[in-house]
Amino acid sequence: MSLSVAPLVVSLVLADRLRKYVKINLLPQLEKPLKYALYFSVFLFATEAIFSAVDLTKWIWHIYLLALTIFSLQQKELRPLRMFILAFVPYVLVSFISDLTEVISADFFKTSESYFKNAIGLTFIWMIALLFSQNRQNKAAEKERIKRQHEDELNRAIAIRKVELEGLVAERTAELTQQKEELELALTELRTTQSQLIQSEKMASLGELTAGIAHEIQNPLNFVNNFSEVSKELLDEMEVEMDKGNTEEAKLIITDIKLNLEKINHHGKRADSIVKGMLMHSRTSSGQKEPTDVNALADEYLRLAYHGLRAKDKTFNAKLETDFDTTIGKINLIPQDIGRVILNLLTNAFYAVAEKKKQIGIGYNPTVSVSTKKIGAELEIKVTDNGNGIPQKIIDKIFQPFFTTKPSGQGTGLGLSLCYEIITKVHGGELLVETKEGEGTAFIIHLPLKK
Amino acid sequence: MATILVVDDERDIQTLFEQHFRKEIKSGELDFVFAFSGEEALGYMKGREQGAVLILSDINMPGMSGLELLKHIKEKYEKPPPVVMMITAYGDNENYRLAMQLGADDFLTKPVDFISLKEKLKAKLV
Repeated sequence: MSLSVAPLVVSLVLADRLRKYVKINLLPQLEKPLKYALYFSVFLFATEAIFSAVDLTKWIWHIYLLALTIFSLQQKELRPLRMFILAFVPYVLVSFISDLTEVISADFFKTSESYFKNAIGLTFIWMIALLFSQNRQNKAAEKERIKRQHEDELNRAIAIRKVELEGLVAERTAELTQQKEELELALTELRTTQSQLIQSEKMASLGELTAGIAHEIQNPLNFVNNFSEVSKELLDEMEVEMDKGNTEEAKLIITDIKLNLEKINHHGKRADSIVKGMLMHSRTSSGQKEPTDVNALADEYLRLAYHGLRAKDKTFNAKLETDFDTTIGKINLIPQDIGRVILNLLTNAFYAVAEKKKQIGIGYNPTVSVSTKKIGAELEIKVTDNGNGIPQKIIDKIFQPFFTTKPSGQGTGLGLSLCYEIITKVHGGELLVETKEGEGTAFIIHLPLKK
Repeated sequence: MATILVVDDERDIQTLFEQHFRKEIKSGELDFVFAFSGEEALGYMKGREQGAVLILSDINMPGMSGLELLKHIKEKYEKPPPVVMMITAYGDNENYRLAMQLGADDFLTKPVDFISLKEKLKAKLV
């Protein structure tokens, strides 16, 4: 009689697998019975081996196995292992039926023993096949689980990194926002400074003009005074002539007085226009374009700039030349701005010829000229001097802000850069320079006539 | 008859002088010649040894200044050099000093006081 190895193996495999499952899934209420089941299997097998009581123990095995399978199939918690448990069910049933048949009808059993043996064999194949396939499934499931776990870990790591990065981004954003605010503040300050600089540049040029303006106003005022005085004398003389009955002579004197009154009026208007021009120059630009007599504007500033320089250097003399195109009429532009540009170019021209005069002295005739000309759809304003010219190496820099060749304290370096801005940006024109070292410079303004 | 050369770039000066010295011109007591630049004045003086007994010149003129004209005249016309009186809008010391240094006989400031000028001219010429 052979020992019940198969029931032992089956019960051990079944109980052990279930116990492991129970352990992992934390089901303590099932752990204990299964542990006892394992002990019981070993104990039963040992008893069977020691006492050689197979005939008795095989029934205990049957009952035990049936009880174990039924018990485990009944547990809800073990539902996931149903397929695994079912792998053993055929063996448990067939071996029990086989032994039962042997007891009930030995004859029948003998004739069909081989069938029973085959059937048991089949149940083993069934069991192995099922366990094998389940094992494979389990392995795949395990792999999947590990993979998912990895993914979870990865996701968690990513989530943590994301939070870190978000923190970092927020920090950087705050820094950038602060920097942006600081820059904006700096920009505002710069803009304020710029407008202050422009204003001071304007005031500086007005300061240079003061003496010129004084001369230009004094001159017509002198004429007003002189002509009114002489007219009074003429009236006295006329009275005398009329008393004498000399009507012819009296009439001649009347003609002179009329002429004088016209001259008084003319010089009065001249002074008036200079004062208005000065006020216009000091006023903040309205930014409004208005029809302007460019020739008058240029002529006025030519005198102002000349006398402004003369006020500083009494011995200085220059020939002033004008060549105005009288057909240009009134042109739409911002008079303060264009006036400033012309004045600036003239001031520079006078500065250049004055410097050259200092170097050369007698034999050099300083000349500054202004011309206007209509060329196609453009107005050309040209300021020319016969000074020393601009060296080629600095020609590219002359329109840059703060670039100056004047000794420190004498120039802001803003003049030409402002001129450039006014002509190109505000009026959509161009400011060009033509120069020859030692021979002179010409600044040429081109303004579109219609826009 | 004494010829007076008036040099000034302002043309209205001519009218003023002609009217102020109306009687003197009429009576032939004085004769006025006008030049509107230093160069023109020199051109007039050229070839006229006694072209003018008195020159009245503005200092501030484009081109040749009154001071340069003064220098030329005092250098060229030695015997007897014409009387030169300088006029300027700037009654400043520097031009006064320069004018005196160059031999100017008198110095007037604008606006010209014609009454005192008339007296001065009569005192110098008559």
